[in-house]
Amino acid sequence: MTSFVASIPGLYEDWILHALVWLPVAGLVHVLTTSPERSKVIAFRWSGLVFLLSLGLWWAFDPGNGGFAFESSVPWIEAWGVNYSLGIDGISVFMVILTTLTTPIAILGSFNYIRKRRKAFYALMLLLQMGVTGVFLATDIFLFYVFFELTLVPMYFIVGIWGGERRIYAAVKFFLYTAVGSLLMLVAILYMYFSSGVDSFSYEAFLNAELTMREQLWLFAAFALAFGIKVPIFPLHTWLPDAHVEAPTPGSVILASLLLKMGTYGFLRFLLPFFPGASQHPTVVTVMLVLGVAGIIYAAWVAAVQPDAKKLVAYTSVAHMGFVMIGVFALTVNGLQGGLVVMISHGVSTGALFLLLGMMYERRHTRLIDDFGGIGRVAPLFATAFVITALASIGLPGTSGFIGEFLALIGTFETHAVVAIIAATGVIFAAYYMLPMVQRVLFNELDKEENRTFADLSRREMWVLGPLVALMIWIGVQPAPILERMEPSVQVVLERVEEGAMAAAAEGAVEDGQLADASGRAGPPSTSGPVDGLNAAPATAPAPARTTVPTPGGED
Amino acid sequence: MVFAAAAAAVPGSGPLAPQAADWEPLLPGWIILLPLLGFVANSLCALLAARQSSAAVRAGGEWDPFAGGKRPLTHTLPTWIGPGVMALAFLLTLWNFEGMWAAHLDEPVVEKFWTWIVTSTLTVDAAVQLDQLSMIMMLVVTGVGFLIHVFSVGYMRDDVGYPRYFAYLNLFVFFMLVLVMGAGYAMMFIGWEGVGLCSYLLIGYWFTDREKSDAGKKAFIVNRIGDFGFLVAMFLLYQAFGTLEFAGSDGIFANAEGTLAAGGATVTAITLLLMLGAAGKSAQVPLHVWLPDAMAGPTPVSALIHAATMVTAGVYMVARSSFLYALAPTSQAVVAGIGVLTALIAATIALKQYDIKKVLAYSTVSQLGFMFLGAGVGAFTAAIFHLMTHAFFKALLFLGAGAVIHSMHHALHKTGSHEDAQDMRNMGGLRTRMRITWVVMWIATLAIAGIWPFAGFFSKDEIIWYTAAWAGAESNPYGWLYTVYWLVALATALLTAFYMTRLMIMTFHGSSRVEKGAQSHLHEAPRVMTVPLIILAVLSVFGGWVNVPEELQASVVGFFGTLPMSEWLHHWLEPVTAGAAGVQVAAMGDPSYSAPLVGGGEVMWALISTLAAALVVAGACRYLLARKYVPAAEAAAPSSGLGRILYNKWYFDELFDRTVVQPILAASRWCWKVVDNVLIDGFVNFVGNFTRLAGWIASLFQTGQATTYAFVLTLGVLAILGAAVFLQ
Repeated sequence: MTSFVASIPGLYEDWILHALVWLPVAGLVHVLTTSPERSKVIAFRWSGLVFLLSLGLWWAFDPGNGGFAFESSVPWIEAWGVNYSLGIDGISVFMVILTTLTTPIAILGSFNYIRKRRKAFYALMLLLQMGVTGVFLATDIFLFYVFFELTLVPMYFIVGIWGGERRIYAAVKFFLYTAVGSLLMLVAILYMYFSSGVDSFSYEAFLNAELTMREQLWLFAAFALAFGIKVPIFPLHTWLPDAHVEAPTPGSVILASLLLKMGTYGFLRFLLPFFPGASQHPTVVTVMLVLGVAGIIYAAWVAAVQPDAKKLVAYTSVAHMGFVMIGVFALTVNGLQGGLVVMISHGVSTGALFLLLGMMYERRHTRLIDDFGGIGRVAPLFATAFVITALASIGLPGTSGFIGEFLALIGTFETHAVVAIIAATGVIFAAYYMLPMVQRVLFNELDKEENRTFADLSRREMWVLGPLVALMIWIGVQPAPILERMEPSVQVVLERVEEGAMAAAAEGAVEDGQLADASGRAGPPSTSGPVDGLNAAPATAPAPARTTVPTPGGED
Repeated sequence: MVFAAAAAAVPGSGPLAPQAADWEPLLPGWIILLPLLGFVANSLCALLAARQSSAAVRAGGEWDPFAGGKRPLTHTLPTWIGPGVMALAFLLTLWNFEGMWAAHLDEPVVEKFWTWIVTSTLTVDAAVQLDQLSMIMMLVVTGVGFLIHVFSVGYMRDDVGYPRYFAYLNLFVFFMLVLVMGAGYAMMFIGWEGVGLCSYLLIGYWFTDREKSDAGKKAFIVNRIGDFGFLVAMFLLYQAFGTLEFAGSDGIFANAEGTLAAGGATVTAITLLLMLGAAGKSAQVPLHVWLPDAMAGPTPVSALIHAATMVTAGVYMVARSSFLYALAPTSQAVVAGIGVLTALIAATIALKQYDIKKVLAYSTVSQLGFMFLGAGVGAFTAAIFHLMTHAFFKALLFLGAGAVIHSMHHALHKTGSHEDAQDMRNMGGLRTRMRITWVVMWIATLAIAGIWPFAGFFSKDEIIWYTAAWAGAESNPYGWLYTVYWLVALATALLTAFYMTRLMIMTFHGSSRVEKGAQSHLHEAPRVMTVPLIILAVLSVFGGWVNVPEELQASVVGFFGTLPMSEWLHHWLEPVTAGAAGVQVAAMGDPSYSAPLVGGGEVMWALISTLAAALVVAGACRYLLARKYVPAAEAAAPSSGLGRILYNKWYFDELFDRTVVQPILAASRWCWKVVDNVLIDGFVNFVGNFTRLAGWIASLFQTGQATTYAFVLTLGVLAILGAAVFLQ
């Protein structure tokens, strides 16, 4: 495969990104021109084709020095300096593959669930795929914003038309929450464009925007609100349980696996590099870490007492995203890498959980945990897949969930030990919310007659769940190829933050009339003998490339 | 004298003796892989069987795989796959054991398979480490594990889930081997949580029974509390060392002394957190509450997981971290204290239990406490020694209890009785019906009671003796505490002798309390079950002879050197434990060679302890044989006083329920009903309704003309932009 892709140099990498964005649109047109009965198969084939094409990225993408690869740019609105430009790096490549994988699986999983207006539904699914892919690939801020907003529309309709009883409330809540955030982000983007010496909307240009610390903090707040609602960060999360519960299964899958990732991706791609000064500002870091930890514990607790299985899983998403947030704002290689792996792992395992809950709903038309019990007796394959997925979700070693949480926690511990310790109690609470649900659904007596006819997985459902279950274990056992591919890009982000920190420190020092002595903190350990005390421990760690961010001199 | 022997390299076994030869382990990966392959194969059988079973259930009936006297293939293949892979793994381990012995290995051999986790600051290899300590554990896991697999063939024969049972059991062995062979804390943690998972699955093996699946869930969650400690300990280790590997030039143990100040906060925190992990896995107070409930699983599972192997993982982990513990005397005192406290509490509870498995469960908790006492006082070899002998006699006790329950169950089933087949009050007089089981269980009882010359005598005696010896060490800051530990341990040893005798008397002696009709159906277990019992009985007799201090060998205990005893285990583990011993001697000074308070040497105390234990056994026999027990149905629960507290297990469960479980549940509900639904959503809905109102007012301006809308929209954006630009 490697040699095959390499044997067509300048070919695959020239068209692949455009194909990933536009082939779903071609599929959309095809779906609209076909019959409702055929539409699901057509949609599945198009998204499957996109997935197969995207697989080449695994071999063709070379992480290199961490910058964008496969870049291409076409002028779009020249007067404003807006370009249609795409690129991919070690951070986005896995988000893109996650998108191309999840979409066909979600479509395949919806074959029985979606009964009305099928053409419209599948057209919207493909439109959603196009938007999400665009978000992850855009290297132009204007283009990014267009894609970002584009995802809102199909999701709104998917929840609002094919959703459950309270679908209108959920859809409007979802729309308003996210629209508020993204409008603020639009203002921030326009502000940056107009007032900080930027001549185009390109990512590069925005990186070089000259911003004072004050500006950075305000802009950071606007961006953080937009992305924070998407993630969602506690306490901006209340749209999520409603949206998840009301959304049809494929909608929930896309929502959990992909739309939430747009938020965390935004933090990595835009917030940290654009506002490096603000991103390592002690107050900001503290707030973000505290909110992350609060999300982990709070959501786990709330999840544990949900009578509705789907709502329970929705809350676990908030907890998982908390791990991403602390990993990101730990500002260490391990933390960022861990956060990224949690994003992938959560996409796979929570997506699978929603699919499983959807299968339960299709069979029994209820989502209440108490309506089940003893399902393991009548549906052994279903039970097996359910248990493996649940274990991956709570981060059992050997599954994908562990790799991400472990790295995120260890990375957080490097800079914020207390935060990491509190967050680590999340492993206990994960068992506390997940195992009772597993027990009440799969185990216990088969005491309800309706459950006696609960059908086991059909062949189609095996194809839906099989790849996801395999991925959970594969990533858990062999994460190194993924970690190696994302590392250079993560380093780029961190270096950028570090440079900004230096600049901010210098600025702060000048403002305060002091000398910046930040360098002393980041230097090599001065003592090599035994040390005592927890606080002194970091200095002894042999860490050639450790990226402990120095505290700015003015704040220390 | 033990230390003298340790210091003087014995010809042919000390680390400095002959030049260590290069040694290539034979297929170490396959030792792990074989059980995994067994798991895969058995799982396929299990899924095939479950498909048939589920079809029958869906049709409204039950599946009987043995209908017509024929066993389906899914129920015959696991008989060969399950024990088969274990036999192969055991043989491979034996081969490597022989090679390691011949090579006089003085450095661990690390075999790397692939790079597991890699970032620029952290690398974790998927690698195994073979040294003397992991080898002992591998021998126990595969050897005792094999016997228990064989026993299971008989015990689980008529169970519908037979293939699923063997799948779980094989998976457990796989994770257990990862735990003991892993070349670093991260690898160990995979096995650590993996065995927890298998424990969960096997406790709740009969998952349709609510009580049993509750017990599995409880075990998992309590274990995760311990795992939290393990995780944070790993973070600290990583921060201090930049790696999580044990061995190698940059490994933790090569650098521990240089990196961590002896007695410092870091090493104390690390070791205490590791102990939290160990307490969860090895059921130490206060995290012991899951183990008695874990008896809900099939009895061979109790023997394998909840007696011989998994629950000893904590002891293994402390012994593996001996270097760190030696640097943290405070942690050592805590470990030993938790150990001896657990030993005492569990032994007292065991006095008043009537379920035969519950007695054994508390006995296990108690014996694990002894192991932690040994590890805590720095007698790591003694702790591992007791771990090994305990694996023999406790596996034997559980399997023997399994044979009893099997027989009782069968008999009660025949008569359609619903009496409890595990309640000792319903037994009595079984010795006439089950001769082999009766004899082997007496052997195990004498072993656990610490009576010469059975295995438990030597191992328990060594732990208690070391506690005494270190209590008198010149500069041990906790010398007085160790003296207390020693006294409590002595008392607990006598309690052990009593409650075990009680178990034997109630089960096998006296007149039968089994229902009249059922009595004739009681029978000895089939050979596939009794042969493993006999092998374990032999090990329970002679297993202790591999680690007898020379002084004892030369005394009456070793018949003045004529019995084939040696101090082999001590020398064998020396390359692993010598470092810690050195650190400890440097910190505390040499241990004294006489007991605190009253004096007397090791031989004298060995004789005193075995005599005292023998007296307790004999006295208990006399006392209990004279008592009249009534069947469970007619018996009343202890109504008052200490008996009631012990019967109710010191109320640990109730305490946790009130102080931890209920408050967290209440907080969870409050977060949901108040914070989420009222505070946050109340605000959101208010904003939404307010907007709707504003929208209704605005709708009065609705003209239906696109150009108007575009105009207003443009105005709005311009206004925001203008505000942003001019107000900065």
